[in-house]
Amino acid sequence: MRFLLRRVVFYALTAWAAITINFFIPRMLPGDPVTALLGRMQGRIDSNAEHSLRVLFGLDQDTSMWQQYLDYWGLLLRGDLGLSFTHFPTPVADIVSQSLPWTVGLVGVATIIAFVIGSLIGTFLGWRRGTWADGLLPVATFFQAVPYFWLGLITIAVLSVNLGWFPSSGSYDRGLVPAFSGEFIGSVVYYGFLPALTVVLSSVAGWVLGMRNMMVTVSSEDYVTVAHAKGLPERQVMLGYAARNAVLPQVSSFALSLGFVVGGTLIMEMVFSYQGIGYTLYQAVSTHDYPLMQGCFLVITLSVLVANMVADLAYALLDPRTRTEDR
Amino acid sequence: MSTGVETSPGVARDAGPTAEEPVLEVRNLSVDYGFGDDPTHVLREVSLTLRRGEVLGLAGESGCGKSTLAYAATRLLPPPGLITGGEVWLTGRDGERADLLALSDAELRAARWRDIAIVFQGAMSSLNPVFRVEKQLIDGILAHRPRMGRAEARERAAELLRLVGISADRLRAYPHQLSGGMRQRVMIAMALALEPQVLIMDEPTTALDVVMQRQILEQVMELRERLGFSVVLITHDVSLLVEVADRIAVMYAGEIVETAPARDVYQRPRHPYSAGLLGSFPPLHGPRRELAGIPGAPPDLSQREPGCPFAPRCPHVMDVCRTELPVLGRTAQAEEARLVACHLHTSLSAGEKLPDLVAR
Repeated sequence: MRFLLRRVVFYALTAWAAITINFFIPRMLPGDPVTALLGRMQGRIDSNAEHSLRVLFGLDQDTSMWQQYLDYWGLLLRGDLGLSFTHFPTPVADIVSQSLPWTVGLVGVATIIAFVIGSLIGTFLGWRRGTWADGLLPVATFFQAVPYFWLGLITIAVLSVNLGWFPSSGSYDRGLVPAFSGEFIGSVVYYGFLPALTVVLSSVAGWVLGMRNMMVTVSSEDYVTVAHAKGLPERQVMLGYAARNAVLPQVSSFALSLGFVVGGTLIMEMVFSYQGIGYTLYQAVSTHDYPLMQGCFLVITLSVLVANMVADLAYALLDPRTRTEDR
Repeated sequence: MSTGVETSPGVARDAGPTAEEPVLEVRNLSVDYGFGDDPTHVLREVSLTLRRGEVLGLAGESGCGKSTLAYAATRLLPPPGLITGGEVWLTGRDGERADLLALSDAELRAARWRDIAIVFQGAMSSLNPVFRVEKQLIDGILAHRPRMGRAEARERAAELLRLVGISADRLRAYPHQLSGGMRQRVMIAMALALEPQVLIMDEPTTALDVVMQRQILEQVMELRERLGFSVVLITHDVSLLVEVADRIAVMYAGEIVETAPARDVYQRPRHPYSAGLLGSFPPLHGPRRELAGIPGAPPDLSQREPGCPFAPRCPHVMDVCRTELPVLGRTAQAEEARLVACHLHTSLSAGEKLPDLVAR
């Protein structure tokens, strides 16, 4: 329990630091939202309205940065992330909570699939090192090297434009009303298949190579030789002794990659026009939408922290050596 | 289960009384490292016999092939090691003999640990770091006795730990919670789990301090008295072997150069290399003497010269040594239990005078 408590305190401190930096960075960006808004409207807003916009956004008051920072914390703790400038007057919390499930659902599932498949293939390739199985490595390296956007465009061109098997964009059939019905869920899965496929294809190779290399290293450890000498069945040696130890570094990078699920899928969401948090963040940055930007960053930061914490705990569960003794 | 026909006994050249039956017989075992046109011959036609209940010491410098012999004889040799010839005959409890190198994978798996168990050099790394000691003791037992219940296997594991002087509550410990000496004891307990006939110990105490080395070896010897298994003890420490082994085989450059009862090797080493090896350790009894190393270095096994591999370092080298490889044979003194691969002994007739060192 002491171990858990120490980790929680550590992550609370990290979260505080992250939120603080998160607060200051957008304020250091050049430009201001009102000018950006006027520019975007291309003269359709009377320049005399500029002052009223400033009042509306609360940019007229000359409060100190410190006071703003305290106010920010006060609002944050009440779950109030402010109103979006671009989607005025929608609360940022609403926008984030609408886009987050799409990203987490699609990319999260794809990442888990890639991890499981990749680690299994890697286990096999590492165990059969020095045989024909090594011939699969260049294929894995190829998929790892391909730029993601190119892979996305090729899959769209082949599977949806030429063959017409899958829709090329969107997240569900716009003719349906979002509901917990079989039809709607089926549509979500159907629309999500292609983006998920590209995410799996581009990330599975990393898991394969990582796992294979660890397997090769672990297979020459003495305890694996001992397991052979004990006459254990080969499957048990491969999974219980070699893979069981080889998977440890994989697990920590898996948890980290779960953390980046929320923030790292901007390109996928743009290529497939998928309504996730990456796309929202992109819009927020390009329109100087401070509250929305901060909201997105906050969610991304927190998810990375949570993922890190999960990684710590999983590692402690899997590797007894990292557990500190509670006596 | 026997998979081959007995070859004529003349093939394996090994001396000594044959009253006790051999439990492990290595015949003409050859091992190469590296594939392709130019492999390195690491073992060349090594023959060795372990009799039931015996402690056979295998001595030699680092890199002479001691461990390779142990790995090859149990088919645990990792690539690029390749067994290129030979046989390893194991006599089962029922008296049936089988060539380990000719067994199918399933038969081999069944024979491992049940007949031959090994304790490896690395006490620190031989245990799987993520499993409790208990699980690692039990999985070996259950793999061979699937009908044994888990509770019974756990009981057996506790009994094994007590056998090596570790209290049974350490069953729940992870390897990193044990000291080096305890880990090696656990490995020995694990090796005895199925009461094997042969225990191969590959420098079992290298990583431990001197006091612990002695304790552990004494314990193994005591257990051997009680349980009656045979031991192959691999080490570079000849003085240790002189104490605990019944017979000693001295290896040099992938070949056995001398085998004899331990006392004979100690008192009257016949091969100049054995003599040099003994001279480089402090004597166990008698007056102190100057320690002398063996000048030169072991030969590069990938570039074999014709003749005796020890010739460049040998103080008694003769012309024939540089051209002709000596084979293991009886000495001119006609000692029953001794074999030496040295021209000094095999090429001279009984009346000729031998150099002092090897003629005591």
